[in-house]
Amino acid sequence: MAEKKKLDLNRRDMPKQPPHIRRRNFNEVALGYTPELAVVEAKRCLQCKKPLCVKGCPVEIDIPGFIKCIADEDFAAAIRVLKKKNVLPAICGRVCPQEEQCEKTCVLVKKKASSAIGRLERFSADWEAAQGPVEIPEIRPPTGKKVAVVGSGPAGITVAGDLVMLGHEVTMFEALHEAGGVLTYGIPEFRLPKAVVRREIDYLQKLGLKLVANYVVGKTKTLDQLLEFYDAVFIGTGAGLPWFMEIPGENLNGVYSANEYLTRMNLMGGFKYPRSSTPIKRHRRVAVAGGGNVAMDSARTALRLGAEEVYIVYRRSRTELPARLEEVENAEEEGVVFHFLTLPIRLIGDDKGWLKEIECLRMELGEPDKSGRRRPVKIEGSNFIMPIDAFVVAVGNGPNPLIPNTTPDLEVTSGGNIVADPKTGKTSIDKVWAGGDIVTGAATVILAMGAGRLAARSMHECLTGEKLLTTGTEKGLGEGEEESER
Amino acid sequence: MFEVIQRQMIVPNLHLLTLRAPEVAEQVKPGQFVIVRSDKDAERIPLSVADWDRSEGTLSAIFMEVGASTGKLARLKAGDLIPTVVGPLGKPTEIEKFGTVVCIGGCYGIGSIFPIVRALHEKGNQVITIREGRSAYLLYWEDKLKPYCHRQIDLTRDGTMGYRGHVKRLTEVFRENRIVPDRFIVNGCTFLLARTSNELAQFNVPTMVSLNPIMIDGTGMCGVCRVTVDGKMRFACVHGPDFDGRLVDWEELLTRRKQYVAEEAFLVHHASDCGA
Repeated sequence: MAEKKKLDLNRRDMPKQPPHIRRRNFNEVALGYTPELAVVEAKRCLQCKKPLCVKGCPVEIDIPGFIKCIADEDFAAAIRVLKKKNVLPAICGRVCPQEEQCEKTCVLVKKKASSAIGRLERFSADWEAAQGPVEIPEIRPPTGKKVAVVGSGPAGITVAGDLVMLGHEVTMFEALHEAGGVLTYGIPEFRLPKAVVRREIDYLQKLGLKLVANYVVGKTKTLDQLLEFYDAVFIGTGAGLPWFMEIPGENLNGVYSANEYLTRMNLMGGFKYPRSSTPIKRHRRVAVAGGGNVAMDSARTALRLGAEEVYIVYRRSRTELPARLEEVENAEEEGVVFHFLTLPIRLIGDDKGWLKEIECLRMELGEPDKSGRRRPVKIEGSNFIMPIDAFVVAVGNGPNPLIPNTTPDLEVTSGGNIVADPKTGKTSIDKVWAGGDIVTGAATVILAMGAGRLAARSMHECLTGEKLLTTGTEKGLGEGEEESER
Repeated sequence: MFEVIQRQMIVPNLHLLTLRAPEVAEQVKPGQFVIVRSDKDAERIPLSVADWDRSEGTLSAIFMEVGASTGKLARLKAGDLIPTVVGPLGKPTEIEKFGTVVCIGGCYGIGSIFPIVRALHEKGNQVITIREGRSAYLLYWEDKLKPYCHRQIDLTRDGTMGYRGHVKRLTEVFRENRIVPDRFIVNGCTFLLARTSNELAQFNVPTMVSLNPIMIDGTGMCGVCRVTVDGKMRFACVHGPDFDGRLVDWEELLTRRKQYVAEEAFLVHHASDCGA
């Protein structure tokens, strides 16, 4: 028997662009592991017999399995293991909150630092992409069943990928002109390069997925009309309706929803303006309201557009920030200034209708609310003014009402979310499933993918009668958070 | 990709664009719009639908050439393929039997009011159509509108066709022609909509205007098209584009439309002051 290995507690850092450089460019911040670093990091994994990390993963990736392959320097095998469970490893490796999921339950956490599962996942996917044409796995023979997937974000992509592999004929509809949903319009280039998203969608198309962009279900065709052509429909239309704060001045010029700010930049390529045709304003002092990943993305985008000062204005304290810690640290390093316990109450314009300053109130933390976080309480009379010429509202998104509005039989909650069985994704309409943010409210990419996985299983079962083997424990999906957490 | 069937300048700076988009043509109703992109790097431009042919799978829109993006559209020719025609977006114009409906169109709105006139006529309304423009040479589609109108009246600022003057003249025009309106419907540039709404408020009847703020996705996602109507925030793309003009905060809308004037490239088809 081999000698007992000494624990290596040094989690390998991923090389990054230095903050003073990256704050002014749109290139990806984190550069990824080199093969050497990946192998060293992979060898830290203890290869637990009963891996707790897998239980923390919404799509139940065989984590020790793929890490073992990397440790053995068989990178091709590693990506094969990943793709058995996850159709989007390059994306999840970048944007999943691993520290809240797989890495949180890693036994090494108790010693010092968990195995860097996300970074290794990303490494495997990027390694594969660098090898040229990707391997096309074996696809089951055609079942003759037609499935429509509405929305091409993380939930839709997962359902589409799973069902294509099982031999169904899948058509995915996207309202915008590019597929990917929030991965394309929302998450910025410097955190998730669009080439990575395109690569993953191209891969699905190679597997046989039919993608129809520029198609608004609920408008171009209603859900009922789709049901005449398809044996099953999955709705993954996300949380696309921006919330505003309902404070005076929100319609001033220079005030944006985070969706608009980010869509201009990402989907419409605004960061290339004037080489792109969708214009963007150069603002000098930008305040972003909110504390989620979307707020961090907006603030860091503003910096890269050349703003002199960028503030995050958040009504709770640093501990309650819903954004990933890594993104908060990135933002801080790059020079984003955080105003905690601060609530914007009024936006003030100049005589031409442009934002010039915001009035804020100081807050203090009171008793915990239903989310378990301490409730922010206003300190009366603490008003103060901040000079600002752009304000980005990143306080969350509601469900897009286009499908519920045109589908009277579809049961929705009072908040407009589609009611779906948390174990199967089944909705109140026969042959219709739903999952992701449209069901849970704004959450994370991987939770949407988890919902997609469960729905795909249930859809396959209904379409063919075959029950798929499931691994691990199936989980229901949590309630939506108050701040958007993509 | 979507095929361009024709693109023709019908009066100076106004172009008729006909596209093949069968699924959109099948669903479209009066008052709705589509979003088009002329090439893969182009911005998304909302265009009100002016006509369609469901059997041919085509739809048409009139747009004004005002900047870089509409300039690209204005260079399209039959047989070209464009990457985006999406819709039909927005809520259709409400079509009921209202009685006497005065439909006012200016600029591209003479085109987009056409399907509304036709539908109102088919519902049994008495439809009075008013074409508004700076001069006679900017008016079009007289013959197309005629079969569906009880009366057709023109209003030009220089008096080269019909009545001379601007929307201020309308009250007098109605009196002279013994028109007692039950409803107004106005399509055209924001100035026309704003001024008409103010001018016609005295009649105390619904004055439905088709708003045309800056848009990106057109499906309720970005919120840039937000307008204040009756004190509430509304998204023109999903709650509209039709609102009662008497309740719209026009000053705010006109200001919001100017957001990108400095960046010039951002000029939607109806962004300029077309003289209204």
